Amino acid sequence: MNRFSYVKATSVDHAVDVLTADPAAKVLAGGTNLVDLMKYDVERPTTVVDIKRLPLGDIEALDDGALRIGALVSNADAAYDRQVEENCPLLASAILAGASPQLRNAATTGGNLMQRTRCYYFYDPSAPCNKRDPGTGCGAIGGVNRIHAILGASASCIATHPSDMCVGLAALDAVVEVSGPQGKRDIAFEDFHRLPKDDERGDRPDLDNTLQLGEIVTGVRVPRQAFGQNYTYLKLRDRLSYAFALVSVAAGLTLENGVITSASVALGGVAHKPWRDKRAEDMLKGQTPSREIFTAFAERILSPAVGQGDNDFKISLARRAIVRALAQAASGTPQRQSQKSYA
Amino acid sequence: MQTNERLYVGRPTRRVEGKLKVTGAAPYSAEQGQEGLLFGVMVPATIAAGDISNIDTSAALAFPGVVDVFTHETKQNVAWWDRKWMDQTASPGHPFRPLHSERILYDGQPVAMVVAETFEAARDAASLIRVSYRESEHVTDIRTVLDESYDPPKKRSGIPAAPKPRGEPEAAYEAAPIKISADYWLETEYHNPMEMFATTVLWEDDEHLTIYDKTQGSQNSRDYVCSVFGLKTENVRVDNAFVGGAFGAGLRPRHQLFMAVMASLKLKRSVRVEMTRRDMFYLSHRPSMLQTISLACDATGKLQSVIHHAVAGTSRYEDYQEVVVNWSGLAYACENAKLTYELTQVDTATPGDMRAPGSASGNVALESAMDELAYAAGIDPLELRIINFAPYDQNDDKEFTSKALHACYRQGAAQFGWEKRNAEPGSMQEGNELIGWGMATGFWDAQLQNAAAKARLSSDGHLIVSAAASDIGTGTYTMMAQVAADEFHMAIEDVTVKLGDSTLPQTAVQGGSWTAASTGGAVQAACLAVIATLLKQAQAIKNSPLKDAKADEVTVRDGRLVLIINDQTGVAVADIMAAAGVSFVEEEGKIGPSKLQMLKYISYTHSAVFVEVRVDKDLRIPRVTRIVSAIAAGKIINPKAARSQILGGVVMGMGMALHEEGMFDHRSGRLMNHNLAEYHVPAHADVENIEVIFVEEHDDLASPLGVKGLGEIGLVGVGAAIGNAIYHATGTRVRELPITVDKLL
Repeated sequence: MNRFSYVKATSVDHAVDVLTADPAAKVLAGGTNLVDLMKYDVERPTTVVDIKRLPLGDIEALDDGALRIGALVSNADAAYDRQVEENCPLLASAILAGASPQLRNAATTGGNLMQRTRCYYFYDPSAPCNKRDPGTGCGAIGGVNRIHAILGASASCIATHPSDMCVGLAALDAVVEVSGPQGKRDIAFEDFHRLPKDDERGDRPDLDNTLQLGEIVTGVRVPRQAFGQNYTYLKLRDRLSYAFALVSVAAGLTLENGVITSASVALGGVAHKPWRDKRAEDMLKGQTPSREIFTAFAERILSPAVGQGDNDFKISLARRAIVRALAQAASGTPQRQSQKSYA
Repeated sequence: MQTNERLYVGRPTRRVEGKLKVTGAAPYSAEQGQEGLLFGVMVPATIAAGDISNIDTSAALAFPGVVDVFTHETKQNVAWWDRKWMDQTASPGHPFRPLHSERILYDGQPVAMVVAETFEAARDAASLIRVSYRESEHVTDIRTVLDESYDPPKKRSGIPAAPKPRGEPEAAYEAAPIKISADYWLETEYHNPMEMFATTVLWEDDEHLTIYDKTQGSQNSRDYVCSVFGLKTENVRVDNAFVGGAFGAGLRPRHQLFMAVMASLKLKRSVRVEMTRRDMFYLSHRPSMLQTISLACDATGKLQSVIHHAVAGTSRYEDYQEVVVNWSGLAYACENAKLTYELTQVDTATPGDMRAPGSASGNVALESAMDELAYAAGIDPLELRIINFAPYDQNDDKEFTSKALHACYRQGAAQFGWEKRNAEPGSMQEGNELIGWGMATGFWDAQLQNAAAKARLSSDGHLIVSAAASDIGTGTYTMMAQVAADEFHMAIEDVTVKLGDSTLPQTAVQGGSWTAASTGGAVQAACLAVIATLLKQAQAIKNSPLKDAKADEVTVRDGRLVLIINDQTGVAVADIMAAAGVSFVEEEGKIGPSKLQMLKYISYTHSAVFVEVRVDKDLRIPRVTRIVSAIAAGKIINPKAARSQILGGVVMGMGMALHEEGMFDHRSGRLMNHNLAEYHVPAHADVENIEVIFVEEHDDLASPLGVKGLGEIGLVGVGAAIGNAIYHATGTRVRELPITVDKLL
């Protein structure tokens, strides 16, 4: 752990000022990820901006039926909030699939978006890692990569985003509210996290998201879920608690007279960001739910999937998980996170 | 008529030190200290093999609060000969010497230690140390060096070598109508007790140290320190009064002990060194192992041949040995057996004893193979084991002191409902889930070690019993209190138990499941010696009512020394001591194994483990929903703590079967999942219904108390039983542990 300056932010603008002045500054909220990474010598911020006391801890209903969840709402508070449970139970379920009760009590909404990969090589400062130390190479390619990406990886990084909540938010078409030196702006959820390599910034696995210098997440807006009971969050992992997803699926369907009118499917544990393929989703429209069409969808969304060796199994596991999740959503029997068997 | 009934032994008893532990009043090694204490933080090597070419400590040394930095360049005033570095449990070879030279023997080897006025300064400065290496070639995957395996030329003390082949195993295998042969692979596992390894050295002067060490043997640590640093035994006291689990990792002195003592002696200050969780992964491990096992039986299921070969990993510098294959020669009756055990070297730390060392590993192969054979023969897996019940130990041609394994089978199967099992794989389903039922037998040694203890009864009726033995969380304090209280028929609250102090009467390290039997027997002997002395003193009293009594005819009841058959006849203990002019009576008791008895008898604990797993038919993720573990382990002193012991062993077996594995990047030779987020053990959610049955087993020969020990047996058999249940559920036989979802797709 290195030495750093500690600044207690008095306002969002104050936090933005500090972040703008020091590109190596980091925001501290729940601390469940940043503090660990500092202890491991992975994050070496020169300034830590503590925003925990800022007034970003509310959940409010907006006129259009959406919910605004403040960046400092704890994961536990969000998951058990009545408005969240009623308006977007998919989100509540995704949050409860993650971490452990103790962590969810401390971790925040904004922090969940900002959490970093669990790649073994990223976590070990003496291992090569382009995300931690650009240019040092990727240890996971050709190495221990059981938990790594099968979609959207680059030649320099095969890390995955570890969040469950974000997979739910992706499926719900949430919006991320940020403040920065240029004022406030909204970022569509699918544009918030990025793949290690994209057109705008090139091969930059060190950049997890599209925040600009000085910008800070102040909240997320979640549209009222239109799926009724036709949703699920299905998480597959190596043990039943306190394990990151090998594969997870957030799925929501709207059905009219037994026909799918819209579908939203996000995958977790498989890519550098929650993975959606809207064109693949379109193929579900107008279809009657069936194992065949769900399988065809799974094949389609996974068609670009590439294994890295240890994680080859994830392609098959993801296919099975997608088919099951869509079946759960179609039958209106969402996976309950307290239930150990799969619905 | 009175009998010598027992009030505590055999009854569920709350832990006597429980309140201290749950209120935080029980200090552990890293919680000891004094004003002016220094803190050491170690720096691990990040290559598997090679040399340190340069180590730059300048920034660390310049860091505020740093007192000193130790590296291999620091001059050490330590013993030269290897044997001086060998502790009681060492394996043959060259014991590891921390910071001894520029040579790197394994990833994670400590290469430096920063000592500072605060822990934070030491940790911060440690991150500033820059180490350059000259790497050499390394191997960390034993599967690439199987052709270099060898029979260890020097055998480890206390570890019997594989027995010589008997009968004609190859010919019998060839001739048998039903046979199976398979390879079983086990990944490395890491102990990871909850408490980190830590040592606090209180420096008194250059020759006198008080050391709080996390260890399973205070006297082992003391002797090691004295031998390595040339100190006198009487000047060094090692205290391990409270130990937060160890699972075998604390059988050997660990680097933090050496580092803390070295720094303390050099700096003439008190020093604490506490490991990080990451450091804990570089101490020792259950070795990775490839086992080939071939079993054959006749049409009735009678075993015709057992051939079991194991190759286990060890380090470059020590031949770690454990008993892996011998169990296969004594588990079941078979005239033809060939058991061989070899090592092959890799660039890791030396493996170490990890709960049920050897047996847990060998059992996975044997008991999975028995299941395979049962299917090949079309015989129920439990029935196959009963058909081949071994009435005596064919390895050593000895009788068992007791073997209530039939009762384990019977009671375990009844509790589990085994008779309702449909043998066809995949035949039992509920909803989306395939249900599988599997079982296995478990075996472990019931050993008695030399042990001594003291008992001191005061005239006010208070009793103190003491022994150097450790309580590593197993309930030793409570057991000793139970045994002692019963000898004097006194309330357990009137007994004080002192353990975990090298100055107390000599015992072995706490391991091998032998402490309850050995130290318990010594405590009992000490108590009986006190009673014998009281009788002598009572008989010195004029007109003593006990003048004709013999020592085995008297006991203490209600504070009086009385005849066992008639407690109206006796003398108050206080009066005896007053007449003798003493305020207390203290005696030492000793016990040890009988060499004569051992020529004829051998003693084991046994178990039958029944497991239900459920595997989603599409998603293929296995979970364990029910386990019944029926244990035959002689007398159970404290059924409450004993049940906890078995539960813990079973959960560790679940980890072995489904979760635990060291993930090495064999290109770099480095362990990559060195933390508890990525090295998985079962979470609470994974542990469902576990039932423990202790079957009645009377054994006068295993130990004076009739106790056989429980530390290991709960784990043995669980891994195979889970694998067998998964086969029954899915029809997929996974021969590589842990059985993760990828192996079931």
